Parts: sequence; structure tokens; C-alpha cells
Amino acid sequence: MATQPTTPVTAGRYVGQAVKRLEDPRLLSGHGRYVDDVQLPGMLHVAFVRSNVARGTITSIDTTAARALPGVHAVYTAADLNPRVQMFWHTMLGPPPELGGVTKYPPTRPLADGDVRFVGDPIALVIADNRYIAEDACDLVDVEIESLPAVIGIWEAAKDEHIVHPEKGTNIIDHMAMPEVPEIDAMFAAAAHVVSRRFRQCRATNVPMEPRGIIVQYDRWAGDLQIWAATQSVSEWKASAARLTGIAEPRVRVIAGDVGGGFGQKMMMTRDEAAVVMAAHLFAAAPIKWTEDRRENLIAANQAREEEIDVTMAVTADGHIMGAKIYFWEDVGTFPSGSGATGSMAMGVFPGPYKFPVILPGNTAVFTNTVGKQAYRGPWMMETVAREQMMDHVAHEIGMDPIEFRRVNIVREEDLPYTNCMTMVYDESVSPNETMEQAAAMLDVPSFRSLQAAARAEGRLLGMGMAVYMEPSAIAFGMLSSDQAIMRMDPSGKVQVAMSTGNHGHSLETTIPQIVAEHLGCDITDVVLIQGDTASSPVGPGTGGSRSAVIAGGAAQTAALRMRDKILQIAAHAMEASVDDLEINNSVVSVKGTPTKAMPFFQIAPMAYMMPEALPPGMEQGLEITARYRPPGQFTWSNAAHACTVEVDQATGMVKILRYIVSEDCGQMINPMVVEGQIAGGVVQGIGGVLFEEMVYDDDGNPLATTFLDYLLPSAPEIPDIEYGHIVKLSPSIGGYKGMGEGGAIGAPPALANAIHDALAHLGVHPTRFPLGPSQLLDLINNASV
Amino acid sequence: MSTPVEFTVNGTARSVSVEPRKLLSDVLREDLHLTGTHVGCEHGACGSCTVIVDGAAVRSCLLFAVQLGGAEITTVEGIANVDGTLNTFQQAMHDQHGLQCGFCTPGIVVSMTAYLADHADPTDDDLKDALSGNLCRCTGYQGIVNAARQAAGLPVHVGSRGGH
Repeated sequence: MATQPTTPVTAGRYVGQAVKRLEDPRLLSGHGRYVDDVQLPGMLHVAFVRSNVARGTITSIDTTAARALPGVHAVYTAADLNPRVQMFWHTMLGPPPELGGVTKYPPTRPLADGDVRFVGDPIALVIADNRYIAEDACDLVDVEIESLPAVIGIWEAAKDEHIVHPEKGTNIIDHMAMPEVPEIDAMFAAAAHVVSRRFRQCRATNVPMEPRGIIVQYDRWAGDLQIWAATQSVSEWKASAARLTGIAEPRVRVIAGDVGGGFGQKMMMTRDEAAVVMAAHLFAAAPIKWTEDRRENLIAANQAREEEIDVTMAVTADGHIMGAKIYFWEDVGTFPSGSGATGSMAMGVFPGPYKFPVILPGNTAVFTNTVGKQAYRGPWMMETVAREQMMDHVAHEIGMDPIEFRRVNIVREEDLPYTNCMTMVYDESVSPNETMEQAAAMLDVPSFRSLQAAARAEGRLLGMGMAVYMEPSAIAFGMLSSDQAIMRMDPSGKVQVAMSTGNHGHSLETTIPQIVAEHLGCDITDVVLIQGDTASSPVGPGTGGSRSAVIAGGAAQTAALRMRDKILQIAAHAMEASVDDLEINNSVVSVKGTPTKAMPFFQIAPMAYMMPEALPPGMEQGLEITARYRPPGQFTWSNAAHACTVEVDQATGMVKILRYIVSEDCGQMINPMVVEGQIAGGVVQGIGGVLFEEMVYDDDGNPLATTFLDYLLPSAPEIPDIEYGHIVKLSPSIGGYKGMGEGGAIGAPPALANAIHDALAHLGVHPTRFPLGPSQLLDLINNASV
Repeated sequence: MSTPVEFTVNGTARSVSVEPRKLLSDVLREDLHLTGTHVGCEHGACGSCTVIVDGAAVRSCLLFAVQLGGAEITTVEGIANVDGTLNTFQQAMHDQHGLQCGFCTPGIVVSMTAYLADHADPTDDDLKDALSGNLCRCTGYQGIVNAARQAAGLPVHVGSRGGH
């Protein structure tokens, strides 16, 4: 199946082209530079002693034997490190209330102090010659813990019978009661149809293939703190390290290099990394490295998706949505990043692509004795998981085809701009209806329905599902508002551009040069992106939240246009021509129609730096441009529709995905190959969250999926070829770009769940809870009553 | 405590003296500075650390270096063509957008280079099965499967735009 014909992409020489990636050769040949690849002279290694109890009192810690082990340099506990912490909060989320901010934080302590609060809670930190000795020493640290009942599960936590954080006095970290509106109750009472469901998705974790890692070198004589880290945002980590240690922020340098995936897990510094920073600051004698192992990553790196939503929807007899009541429950674990709560965002986005006249929202987020919550690709996406399944459940209840029910309620071109009932504004560039119809056409619904009927006659269970959503990309407020491009044309006529972004899979080393080369008029290989190093990069948000195309791309494009303008002015002056008569092709400025009258960049650039008398009067020397870009809206909305077909094996409960289709609108694509790569990665993470992945805790708070034999990731044989369709409506942002990095993971879970539902509905099976693995589906099938 | 061991790595004779408990993956990375071999799980599940030992693709996190006296080892750093160009599978990965963050990539390059050397005529399903021992979290396997197809001379799924 070919990529569908689309609205023609306004392809320039580079923008809109599937340019192969400039970063590939080093990564394909084993010459990337990830944090664990860095070896410094005299570097020592860190390992953590972690709690094997979910909740309990530490009655004693004896580090004597560990300290005595040859090769061990230090063993630190909370008493050593915690009192030295100056401040521990995240720039992106702002300071805690006691420092004038609004973000609620869990207690901020690098190491467990007096008690432990989840299995994996770091209790002590060992510094040794190598990781082997450090782990030996961890085994020699004698920790006595008196176990207490663990608080596990949203409903248990909400009772407040036992308290996860005694300092907080309650397990409820975020709560908004659903407003009581008698008129709406009356409307629901009179509605032709009222349908209620509770949807649940299960705890999953980001699983970057490279676990977390950090190297910290504190030079007490210079006063400098240098950090190499697997992070998505060097600016964020620089500020965090400065706040932790009290070292002046300009004396902190953070270098990311290549990062082996993040998906939200490496956005903000967590307690483990903070402990390493504090240990290096105290130890000071040598650089120290902590490389997390996979078991630690699965039990101690923050996780996501432990969420449920109660939805009640009122619908007219002819299928028009009248309104909904939604209550969002989430488990933020013990030490989330900030409050971890995504309720307000999830409820704002809940209407998605449909015209809900009214929604009454409420939410509760609770602490539990499990590892904390953090962002994971589409952190608010439970709204789409619930809404899109609800659309199918309601359609089934009222006897409508699910796509027809969507057609009745979807936001159409003539509705734009559209303000949803949660006050979010969709500008004129969104296209939910167009993507839904494109996906439906690609699927060929009538053909599938015939196929399904024929299969059912043979006793085979086929199903199709759809999910449509709005993606609030490039969220632009606070630290995330803007990014800067620091662009320099070197005297050779080649260009470097420095940005706050990083390389953890987003292909920016290719796509940013595509934008710059397009607008400057040079060859793409003449443009180099410098990123992920605070010594050269500007302050900015880093890479995450589907922002780089819009915000980093916008900054790079703005800088390139300013650079172009200055180059043209210099050339016009030198060639005694008008700027309006000049054009740039292949790094050569020439007079239109007179190609012999021309100046290449390699001639203009040295003139700019070294021949002040050749420049237009009053012009500042040099070719150094900065541009900071903030998109016009707080969100740059993209949208997509997913459609998939499955076969469920009634005997085994196994689901085979037959086709997977994504129609999306991310505005002007910079590089369609990269766009489709981002979609695919997200889709397969979404599939994993439905069929394979579940981080299970038992009632005592023990994590039961601590290896890849228990925490199952999708692998190649389970995944079909994905089919893509593109609708292109230019966003109001410069270049017309929209972010789309998270969408795959947002749309896939409900699209797949709806396909499974469609395959099983006639048996009386109406799934509402993930995972939908073989054992869960067999249970549902065997217990179904038609 | 340390034990000497000699083997050939990427065609060069190397001798190291390491603790018997030290994993081949750690010896390659720390003692021989061949950091292209990545460690993603240390329990033989993710495949990132795959290297070729005496012709067979193996998980270097499941072997002790001292087991391998006299062995011929090829790591990702030694897998390109002798003239320094990307080998057939590496080139296919580049052409088909088979990598994003690049962390699992060395293991996939080594695994599939070894597989394709031993399997002249694989089917589409064979290729997917051959990839099942390598986990990737970025690509959804689309570009990787296409790269395997390209390298094996099978039709590439054009819904994935990597072939452009």
C-alpha cells in the first residue's frame, strides 16, 4: 500500500524532502557518543543501595563493611547528602509554593531519610573504582527496615488510611471536585441516551533503550561543575544542578551528546541523578559516573499511565453529543516529577475533535508507594484513550456505526476557528474531519465489513477500530515558551547554528539544516547544528513535548532569514546593486539575469569579519545572528486519525494486527521520512501499552516486572507495516510547521482497543481496561454474556 | 585477581588482563574503548550488545571475556566495508530510516549483518524473526524491517518513506 496522495507538499529544495539523515553514519558505525561512552581520567563509579521494601522505617544503616572493601572510596547516606541540598525543583514546572510558585512537589530528598517509600527508593550511594566493586559494596551495606503496610492502588490511596508522605498529611496531591450544575443534571435526565463507562489504562514505562546515566565532575578549585548526562534538556539540568549545589549557574556546564531515547523520562533531573550531583560536590576528588542498569530503570526510573477515567455521556436520539461528565483518577506514585498530575491538561483536551456543548470535569491524583510518575509521550493522552473508546461504546449502545457517530459530532472546516467547551481554541489549520475521512478511505470500510462478515461465517474474529485526536503540540509557556538559534557563518562561508535541543532520535541534525539551507540558499552539508551543550547552546526548553519542529525550527528559520538579509546587504553594497535585484543559489549571491555578476558566500563571509571598509556604512561587522522564536499560540494544534484492523484468536486470546493506518496533519512537513518515523515509533509504543506492557505491583508494593522477560516490549514480528496519509494545512507558526512527535502514542491505544472491541462485541465482550493481552481477552470471552 | 586473555578484535590481536567476572561487553567498552557495543539490559534480552564471535552473533553481556581466548571478535566498529563505506545492511538502514536515537542500532547492524551472511534467500517473515531478538523503542521497526528487506533484495514497503 503506497503512501496516499495528499495535498501537495510545498517542497522546496530541502524543506518537504525526505533527506537522509546526516547523523546516521556515526550512529551506524558505533561512533555515537552516549554518556556511558565517556571515560575520564581517574573517573570512579557509583552504585545505589535501594530499598526492597515499599514502605517502612529504617531502623539502622551500617556502612562499615562496605567502606572497608578495597576499591571503595565513599559510602554516602541521607545524613551526608540531604542536608547539603540548597533547592531541588524543576525550571519547567516552576518553584514550589514555599518559594512563591504554584507547583506541588513531593518531599525533595535525594536519599531515603528515616524511612523508605517505594521498592527502589535509594538509601545509600557507593563510590568505587568500578561498577563491579561498587555493587559488591552495596551488598555489604546493612540496612534494617521495619516494614509498614504499603499504599498500593488509586482506591486504597484515596482512603488516606496510611499516608505515603507523612509531611503531606494526605495521599491526595491534586483534586478538583466536579461542579454540581442542576441544569446539566436535568439535561442528562432528559437525554435520549446516557452511557457511563470507567476506562483504565495500565502502568507503563518509557523504556529508553539507553538507561539513565550521569557523570559529574566538580572542580573545587575552579568552582566549576561539569556534567555529562543522558538528558532531553541541558538547560533544565544546568539550572537544577546549580540550585541543588548552590554553585552559580554560569559555572555549571551540562553536555548531553547522543542520548539513547527519552520519551519524557530524561526531561527532568530525578532524585537518583540529584544524589550523584550532591555526591560529586561533596566528594570532589574525582569525576563520578552512574550508569543505571535495566533493573534499576524498571523499578526506579519514573513511570506513567496508571490512570482511570469515569465518563458519562448524554446523547440525543439522532446521535448528537449533548455533554459529558468526566472524572480523572491518576496514581502519581511516590516521587513524581513535580506533582505528576496531568488532570487539568487531560480534561482541557478531552473534547478532542468533537463538538461537546458542555463537559463537567473532576479529578483526583494520589500518591502511592510505587515509583513516581513522569511525562511519557503524550502525558495527558488518557483523555483520548477514554474518549475514543467511549465513542465506540456509545455508538454500540445507541445502534450507530462508530464512524457515523463521529461524523455527526466532529469539528469540520466550517466550524473553524472553534473554541471547545474547555476554552481551548482550534485555529483554521486543523483538519480532524479530513484526517478521519482519509483514514476511513484508506481502510476501505465497506470492503473490510465484507471481509469481516465472511470471516465471522468461518468462526474467525476480525475487527476494525478508529481513533481521532487533537494534539496540543509545541506547548509554549514558561520555560517551554521559546527557543533560540545562535547562528554564525564562519569566515569560510559555512554555517553553524546552536540550539537548546538534543539528539535523542528526533533527527534535528538533519531537519534544522534542511530549514536553514532552504532559507539561506546554501547546501545542506554546509550547515551544522550544535546542540546539547550549555557552553554553546542558548537557554531553551530542550527536546520534548513535540516542540522542536515548531519552536526550534521557527527560531532556525528566523535566524536564517536574518542571515540572508545581512548577506544580501553586504553583497549589494559590494556589487553596487540593489538588494531587490539579487538572488541566492547554492551559496552564491548573484544579480538576477546576470549570473556573471556574483559573489559566493566564501567571499562575502571573510569580508564581513575582516574588511570593515567593504561593508555598508554603519553595519556591524561579522555574520552572527540570534533569533528567539515563540509561536503565536500557546498550542500549535496538529491532529490525526488512526485506523486499524485486527484478528483475535478466540482459542488463545492472541491479537494479530492486520493493518495499521495513520492519517495526520502536521502542517508543512520538514522531512516526510522523519515525520513517518516519529509516527511509527509512537504507534508501536501505543500498541505495546495495550497488548504487551504492564508494570505490575503486588499488594505489598513489590514490582513484578523487573526484566525484559516480564516487562514485554513489542518486537518486529508483532508489528505490521504502517500506512500513512498526510493532510497538509499550514499552521499559523512560521513555516507552517506543527508538532507531531507524541501523536502516534496518543492515537494507537484506543484505535487498537476499538478494533479488538469490534471483533468481540457480538460475543458480548466490551473491553474497558488495559492490558488486552491473551489472558485478559480469554477471561472476557469466557465470561461474556451476549 | 586479573587474568590475561588474548583474542582478535576487528582483525587486530588484542591482549587484556581482566577480572574473570568481567563481561565481554564491559571489556570491549572499558578496556578496548570500543564503545559502539551498547549495553541495554545486561540480561541478554535487548540485543544492543550483539557482537560476532567466531562467525556467530552473540550477546556480549552474557559472556565473560576470559572465556574467549583465541576467539575472532567483530564489533560494530569493524563491520563497515574495508574501504570505509557502510556495508550493505548499514547502507540500507541509512536509506530506510532504520534508526532514530541510534542506541540499539549497533546490535541490529551486527545481528543482521551476521544473519544475512548466513541466509542467502530469506522470506519477509524470516527477516522479522531474525530481528525479534533486537529491541528498538524509537522506530516501531518500520525502517529496520525495510532495511532488512532492501539488504536481502526483497520489496520494500513504500508506505514508509525511507526509500525516497
